[in-house]
This record gives sequence, structure tokens and C-alpha cells, in this order.
Amino acid sequence: MTSATAAGGVKPPAVGKSRKSVTGTRRMVAALFLLPALVLLGALVVYPIGYSVVRSFYDQSGDGFAGIDNYKALFTDEGIRTALKNNIIWVVFAPTVATALGLIFAVLTERVRWGTAFKLVVFMPMAISMLAAGIIFRLVYDQDPDKGVANAVWVGVHDTFAQSSAFPKAHPGRQSPLEPAGGGAFITKSPVRTGETVSLPLVGVAPDLMPDGAKPAVAPKPEPDKVTGTTWQDFTRGKGVGTLNRVDSSELGYAGMRIEAVKDGRVVASATAAGDGTFTLPASADGAQLRLPNSNFKEPYNGLDWLGPSLVTPSIIGSYIWMWAGFAMVLIAAGLASVPRELLEAARVDGASEWQVFRRVTVPLLAPVLAVVTVTLMINVLKVFDLVFIIAPGSSQDDANVLALELYRKGFSEDQPGIASAISVFLLLLVIPVMWFNVRRLRREVRR
Amino acid sequence: MKAKQSLGSRLAEGVSGGLVRVLLIVVGLFWLVPTIGLLLSSLRSPEDIAASGWWKVFTEPSQLTFDSYAKLLENEDITSSLVNTVWITVPATLLVVIIGSLAGYAFAWMEFPGRDWWFLGVVGLLVVPVQVALIPIAELFGSIGIFGSVIGVVLFHVGFGLPFAVFLLRNFFAEIPRELLEAARLDGAGELRLFFRVVMPLGAPAIAALGIFQFLWVWNDLLVALIFSDSGSQPITVALQTQVRQFGNNIDVLAPGAFISMVVPLAVFFAFQRQFVSGVMAGAVK
Repeated sequence: MTSATAAGGVKPPAVGKSRKSVTGTRRMVAALFLLPALVLLGALVVYPIGYSVVRSFYDQSGDGFAGIDNYKALFTDEGIRTALKNNIIWVVFAPTVATALGLIFAVLTERVRWGTAFKLVVFMPMAISMLAAGIIFRLVYDQDPDKGVANAVWVGVHDTFAQSSAFPKAHPGRQSPLEPAGGGAFITKSPVRTGETVSLPLVGVAPDLMPDGAKPAVAPKPEPDKVTGTTWQDFTRGKGVGTLNRVDSSELGYAGMRIEAVKDGRVVASATAAGDGTFTLPASADGAQLRLPNSNFKEPYNGLDWLGPSLVTPSIIGSYIWMWAGFAMVLIAAGLASVPRELLEAARVDGASEWQVFRRVTVPLLAPVLAVVTVTLMINVLKVFDLVFIIAPGSSQDDANVLALELYRKGFSEDQPGIASAISVFLLLLVIPVMWFNVRRLRREVRR
Repeated sequence: MKAKQSLGSRLAEGVSGGLVRVLLIVVGLFWLVPTIGLLLSSLRSPEDIAASGWWKVFTEPSQLTFDSYAKLLENEDITSSLVNTVWITVPATLLVVIIGSLAGYAFAWMEFPGRDWWFLGVVGLLVVPVQVALIPIAELFGSIGIFGSVIGVVLFHVGFGLPFAVFLLRNFFAEIPRELLEAARLDGAGELRLFFRVVMPLGAPAIAALGIFQFLWVWNDLLVALIFSDSGSQPITVALQTQVRQFGNNIDVLAPGAFISMVVPLAVFFAFQRQFVSGVMAGAVK
């Protein structure tokens, strides 16, 4: 975090004041004060940079000069190319979304009294480790909607709009009066007549998946001018127990099953089975075939595969934004506090709407802060490692790969220090513009 | 101005005020729920976790149990790694603060040739990614025999903590009024006395901000310790990381372990919010 947040602007030191020594320092003393820092920086930061640059031009063993082969690998090695592609996605989306959210939160929290509490909640993830955040989001993104909160919410929303079916995997048993009608539906082999009863037995619904309203099935009773029937789970546990195509005492009705009467391909009547599986169709169903439409049998919706190959990177970016939007918010809120209120008021008096004030006054005034925040996050995102390492399951870690992770793999598990060094030098090159900017900006202040 | 607002615009403002409130509450929940999920998961048995989601405890509070924590604290790997985390974090923080203060003071108030150039060099190192140093330092530590030790991890963190420390403290010390230093000097204080009795106390806010920042950074680190520690010196983050590959089976270690590893940073965060925020700000804007 330290080096990451130190990225953007740099605080100008006291200006115009003389900072000549008040003690008439002897150089020896100055050297003693500086020595520990300079030795450590030299050995642990400067020397490694040089070493990595040199090492990146040598082959795997480090004995033979390899020219730019290791750098060529950056663009030919399959793993590195995926990592590079993902890093681009990261750098484009993670900082911008986090900054945009931070801006929105900073502006909105000014309007509520409990804004500080809100900020605390959003800022808090900054204090915890990426490892802990990774474990948190492994739980959130659990594929099973009964366990992972992301899919629980997603399936809940989905099922509000699209009714899920109650009888996945139900199908006709042996000697059934039903046959497949295509598209997952089933239809009676022969037409039905009023005053007769129809049996629509199926098998294959797991006991714990039967609908809550299911009651012991009841055999249909004939009624004049109506078609009556029963649809039920024609299966009794235990060998030889229960009669085929006959309602037995322990068998349950398919509560809520939809039945359609079809004549010449058109639905002429329909009914829904009661808790005991019985249903009644009007006289218009006379001579029709009964169909159980495929909506009864669709697999229940199981939500998204958040950590599967296609969604894993966006999902991990989501967890990163959870961690870092608070950082953007706090910095932008501080910038916002220094925006002169009179400017905003003046715009409002001139009849500008809140949106116009935001778009034409607030955002332009905050532009420097927004730039610093975005650049800082970009540098941070370039080096993202922990979150990907922890959240991406083994099966999709290749799809979620990023440069820092690939460097770790190449350098420490695949014994390719040359290529790993080239990746690290590449990362360093990417931050050099920011380095240069920092130094230049500070130099103007320092040299007075 | 307010008095002149029409009824309509006041109504609109009230509605949008309500909307803002609802939106912020929803977002706030969005931010809280993942952490609550971890906490409640850590308080359920592995069987319950395998069977249903953590929100089940709202309807069945009897599921709540400290069993996982009790088991975790008997797990020697975890407890010794927690001790290692402390042994890594405390020295790495103190060393950065002390060495950074010395250098920051020298850059702010001492005269020696090339002072500003040296300082600019340090500033340039601010954004160097740790990745550049992993392989070279691994070889260096290997050759001097501290690879896999607590000392190596601490040294690495000190090295990469120093640029920010020197930068932050030098800028803060530079703003100390010259008169204060001169007065102390006239009283006969030597360089060391001046440093410990005047500069350090006056620089306390910046030193605190830096200390908290570095503390959290080292405590939360995974990558550096993953490479430079071994099974005897690994901190809690690395110990937990080894369990992640079999996430489902190890959830009774991972959930309470992650929560325990979060307790100290969260306590520091809530206790020193102001210093933490000012540390973050010093790093970025201003």
C-alpha cells in the first residue's frame, strides 16, 4: 500500500523558507543519520532493479546470454499473453469504476447526516488483508445459490421474473400412457373423453425436491361432462412395492403440475394439479390429448458461475472495487471539502439542476484529485496478486492470470527466473512515467 | 434563497433526498454483507456450512458456535503463525519509523552535498513494484543464509517501506518552524538531542500516520512472506493461504482464521482512523 498510494501527486514541502542547518552539521553526522536508510534502499531496492534488468537478458540457468528472448516470451508465451490481456482489463476497468463509485459516494454522503458512518463502512475493507478479502469473496461467489450470497441474490432476482419449474428430471416410467412430445414436454398417447379418468404417472423427482404442497396422491373419480385425472410420482421405495401406473398409498401428487388439453396442436383447456395430484378439465377437452408442457420440467435456475472461466476476472475485479472504492471516496471527499461552496450555490441560484451542478462545476473542479486517484489505483492494479491468487479456484486460475501471478509462477514454481525478470522489468517500465512525474514535480519545490 | 423555493421543487428535493438515503443504505449493506458472511460462517459448524448459507443462522440461531475458533486455537500451525506475524510486523514497523525519521531529518535540516538529489532519488523509488526485487533478493538472502527467516521478511518490508517513510517524514519535518530548532540549539542541544527531544515529538502526527500505515501493510502482506518465509517463520496470511486450495474442506480453518487475522487491523483502523486517513492522503493528494 505504501508505495502504491504514494503514486500520484506529491506534497510540496515548505517553500520559500530557508532550511539551512541550524546546527552547522558536520558531514560525518549527516552521513550517520542517512547511512541506515541509504544502505537498505541500495541493497533492497536499487540493487535488485539492476539485477533484474541484467538477469532478464540471460537464459534459464543464468549462464548464457539470451538477448531479448525473454522479452519475446512476453508476447508469445500462452500464459503471459492471457495475463497481459487480463492486466489490460484490470487497468481499464478497476480504477475507473472504483473512482467513479468513490466520486458518487463522496457527493451523496454530503447530503445525509450519517455520511461519516457510511464512509466508515465503505472504507473499512482497506484495513484488511487481500487474503482475508479473498476468503470473504470465495464465500460470496460460491456457485451454490444456497450457500453463496451472490448467487442467492441473483437467483432470487431471476426467479422473480422467470418462474422456475417444480419437477426437474421427471419423466414417464415403464408402460406409461405418456410419451415425449419434443422440447421436454410429455403427451398422452391417446385422446381423452369426458366422464373418463386419466392417469398421468411420472417418475424421477428426488424426494427432497418434491414441492412443499405435495400430499398423498388420490385416484381420480369420474365426473360427467368433465375430464378428471391424477398426476403423481408413481414410485414407492422398495423392490416390488407399489403397482405400476396405479396410485399407491405412499405416493405423492405432483402439486402444481400444469396440464394442457391439446387438439390439433392448439391448447383448448388447461388445469393445474391440486396437492393430491388431481385435476379437472372442462368438456371442451373432450377428444383432446393431454400434454404436460416443458415448463414443468426445466432445470431450476442455478445462477451464474462467478468463478468459471468467463466471469472469473470481472468477479475478482468486483472484490477489488469492494476494497478500494473507499480509498477513492475518502480522497475525493477531502477534495470536495475544499471546493468553494459559493461556486456551487452560485450555479444553483442561476437555475442549474443538481445534475448540471455536478457535471459542470463539481467534476471539473475535482479533476486533479480524480486523476491522482485513478493513476494511484492503476499502479496498484498493475501489481494485483493476492486477490487473484486466492479467489480464482485452481480450475480457472489460468483464465484469471495476471502479470504479478505469472511472475510468481515463472520465478518460483516453474524455475524460469529469466522470463520472470523480464516480466518484472516490464512492470517497472510501466510505472516509470509516474516515477518521472513525481520527481519532476518535487524538484521544482526542493530546489528553491 | 430557501424561502423562494416553490412547493414543487421542495417536494422534488424531499423525494430525491429519500432516494439518496435509500441508495446509500443499500450500498452500505452491499459493503457490509460480505464481511458479515465471513463472521457468521466462522461461527457455524462445517456440516452446517456445507448444508446451507450463513443467513440460515437468522432463522436458526442455535447453529452459532465457537467450536471452529476453539479448534483453531489448538492448531499449532495457526497459533505459531500468528506469533510470527507479530514478530514480523512489530520490528518492520519500528525499524521503518526510526530509520525513516533519521533520514527524513537529515534531508530536511542537515547540509551536505547533493542533498536534494539524494532525496529526489528516494522519491523516484516510491512507485517501484516489489515484484522487481523478489528474485534478486531471494538469491541474495539465499547466499547470506537468511532466506526463510523472519529477519529476511522484516528486511524486505523495511526496504520497501523506506521510500514512503523518508518522503513523508522529510516533508513533515521540513515544516517545523526554524525558530524552535534554533532555540533548542542555543540551549546547548546536540544533534541527537535535537532529534529526539524536538523533531520526534513535533513530528508525532506524521510518525503515527506512517507507523499505522506500515503496520497494516506488513500485517496484511501475503506475497513477500509467501516467498521469503518458510514453514517455521510464516505469518498467518501464508498459513491460511496453504489451506485455500481445498477451500470447501478447510472452511472451518479459513473462516475463523481470516477473521482472527482481520481483528488486529480492524482494531487499529477504528482506533486510529484519523491517522490512517491522513497517512493515505499524504500518500496521494495534497
